[in-house]
Amino acid sequence: MVAHLLRLKLTLLRNSLRRSPWQLVGLGIGALYALGIVGLGVAGLLLLRQADVATAQTVVVLGGAAAVLGWAVIPIVASAADMTLDPARFTTFAVPMPQLLAGLALAGLIGIPGAATTLVALATVGTWSRGFLAAAGALAGAVLGVLTCVVLSRVVTAGTVSLASSRRFKDVSAVAFLIPLVLMGPIVAGVARGIAGNAGFVAELARFLEWTPAGAAWALGGELAAGHYGPAALKLLIAAATLAALALCWKLLLQRALVTPPYAGTAKKKAAGLGLFALVPATPTGAIVARSLSYWLRDPRYAGALVVVPLLPVLLFFQASQTGFYGILLFVGPLTAFLLAWSIASDVSYDSTAFALHVSAGVRGLHDRLGRAVACLVFALPVVLVFSVLPMFFTGDWTLLPGILGLALGVLFTGLGLSSVVSARYTVPVPLPGDSPFKKPPGNVAQTLAVQFGGMAVLLLLVSPELVLVALQLAGGSAVAGWICLVLGPVLGLALFIAGVRLGGKWFDSRTPELLAQLAVNR
Amino acid sequence: MTFERPHPRPPVPALALRGLAKRFGTKIAVDGISLDVPTGSFYGIVGPNGAGKTTTLSMATGLLRPDFGTALVHGVDVWQRPLEAKKLMGVLPDGVRLFDRLTGEQLVSYAGLLRGMDREVVASRVAELLAALDLSQDAGTLVVDYSAGMTKKIALASALIHAPRLLVLDEPFESVDPVSAANIRDILDRYVASGGTVIVSSHVMDLVQRMCDHVAVVAAGRVLAAGSVDEVRAGESLEDRFVQLVGGRSHTEGLEWLRTF
Repeated sequence: MVAHLLRLKLTLLRNSLRRSPWQLVGLGIGALYALGIVGLGVAGLLLLRQADVATAQTVVVLGGAAAVLGWAVIPIVASAADMTLDPARFTTFAVPMPQLLAGLALAGLIGIPGAATTLVALATVGTWSRGFLAAAGALAGAVLGVLTCVVLSRVVTAGTVSLASSRRFKDVSAVAFLIPLVLMGPIVAGVARGIAGNAGFVAELARFLEWTPAGAAWALGGELAAGHYGPAALKLLIAAATLAALALCWKLLLQRALVTPPYAGTAKKKAAGLGLFALVPATPTGAIVARSLSYWLRDPRYAGALVVVPLLPVLLFFQASQTGFYGILLFVGPLTAFLLAWSIASDVSYDSTAFALHVSAGVRGLHDRLGRAVACLVFALPVVLVFSVLPMFFTGDWTLLPGILGLALGVLFTGLGLSSVVSARYTVPVPLPGDSPFKKPPGNVAQTLAVQFGGMAVLLLLVSPELVLVALQLAGGSAVAGWICLVLGPVLGLALFIAGVRLGGKWFDSRTPELLAQLAVNR
Repeated sequence: MTFERPHPRPPVPALALRGLAKRFGTKIAVDGISLDVPTGSFYGIVGPNGAGKTTTLSMATGLLRPDFGTALVHGVDVWQRPLEAKKLMGVLPDGVRLFDRLTGEQLVSYAGLLRGMDREVVASRVAELLAALDLSQDAGTLVVDYSAGMTKKIALASALIHAPRLLVLDEPFESVDPVSAANIRDILDRYVASGGTVIVSSHVMDLVQRMCDHVAVVAAGRVLAAGSVDEVRAGESLEDRFVQLVGGRSHTEGLEWLRTF
């Protein structure tokens, strides 16, 4: 039975690859990335063989505990748990519980995260190959540790399945998870500085974690290498008890889950009015503006982008404070303009097959393009203006304001025009409606990169007049260039915006059914 | 203005398909379908799974470009003059998503506004449609939180909002509860009685036999039989006739073990 479950998982993996060669490319790139990290991890652990026992012990325990934490947290926040072997699907098969548990646990190791964790964990055997006993202890620790990771993640998934299947929780957690992810750089730097200032703390933390369920398994090899047989036995006990307790929890949760399918309750609401639809002109364009804006606010795939925007100045400010070069702050306006304008380049892809409504209603291309662009402009324009002015308070050099403002507006309008053309012609695989924004359909990489980088190169070319003017002012210090840019940016930008919307509209009109057919492929 | 003497000529069909064909890769999904749907008829299209029903209806409604053939809606070529033809049609496609982060009320209003209708007309029609389809209670709920049957009903409302002359409904009764299905049938009957034309595709033969006055049997991308329901079923039940036409009933000899427990 266990072998059956493993074979099922492998078959599912293989069949998912068969759907398109791009899936294989995606898996390949993911595997290469993982291989890089695994290679670094394994090499580091093997090098640690030369280090003294205490240092090696600290590193191995902290790394192991971090892995346990990762396996526990990532399934909830990213709603990216691998549900291909969802226990609920086995309800009708009456698989004996112990075999189901063992099979699902081992199946959890198939796939990139499982394989990567296993390989790195096994490398600790190399770290502790300083004697037979130490190596054997490390091997036992690695097996216990990896199993703990997998079972823990299953317990977390099973425990939160009713919570996680509620749409509201999924929406909120997906967006909230973006914040630490975006601020990863500053956070890591802060932690690193804290550790550098207090090296003893790290060792102490490791000593403490060794006695907790998160670190006990990873400490076995080190204790045996140091000849501490008593503590080693105790830690083996802790690690084994942890795994046993987790397995028991999982069994109980699974037993419950098998007879009570998750139910996501929904609150009924009476007519709450038309919302944004009441505010826009009653035209196709107006309706598309209202629909797009509703999506920017309600759909986590869009809302994620909105959450990132206010963090941009924070990121750039951090960057500036690291390097001491505050000039980079000047470009937060143009950068934001670029990100927001370019974000609607995959607008139609985000619609997925819901786009059929536009097709069957016979929406004119011009109206469709304009509606989507205006919706983005509604909030992008004020944000870009504020972000262009704000840095001047920091740098104090107000002579640069006209140039930067011109550049930012130029980028915003030009970008919206270009996006209107791109999204009328190209679709890119994006997370489907209702999926987590992190869940990129695999295999999109090469195609997406081609569209993205091609589009960006064109945009760079189109805004080159503004860029040259700003560069001239920065280099020569002539304020005239800045003032010219302030006029040229919006004028050229608006002209390109109108041209883009018209061209996009024309392409749209002649190719709507083909666009819908492309979207249906990624469904 | 010149006076034209009325002369008898065949009425323009609500939908006329001529040699529609579509190929996906090496598979021919639709193999030259020609069909006349008379104005004012309640037309059923039945066929086994994978017969090409959805592909045909997609090509007839402007959602999928045919490789060959034409589709005329009240004499307007869907692929030559799409905007004009689409004004005449209300479409409920099968297997596509909806803009489900809108509330039910917003979604139907959106469909109306996209067609360039007045705000007041949209508002009053939305209220009536939601009431008729028993969705008033859930008008403010996001469509993503709707059940499958409610989703079908809200999509139907979106197809009706602009009072089309031809309704093309792909599997309209799938997962709709019996009470709502009866309500929808009433709406459609009244619509046909006042001169509208309805095309439905379905697997449920009983339903088609009771509801429709015309039927076409489609299999493997071809029309096997078409005409009034009585003509097609030729004295038998539509279900028996369908099985005869399509074939593929396996007279199972095996499976004895299923009776031995």
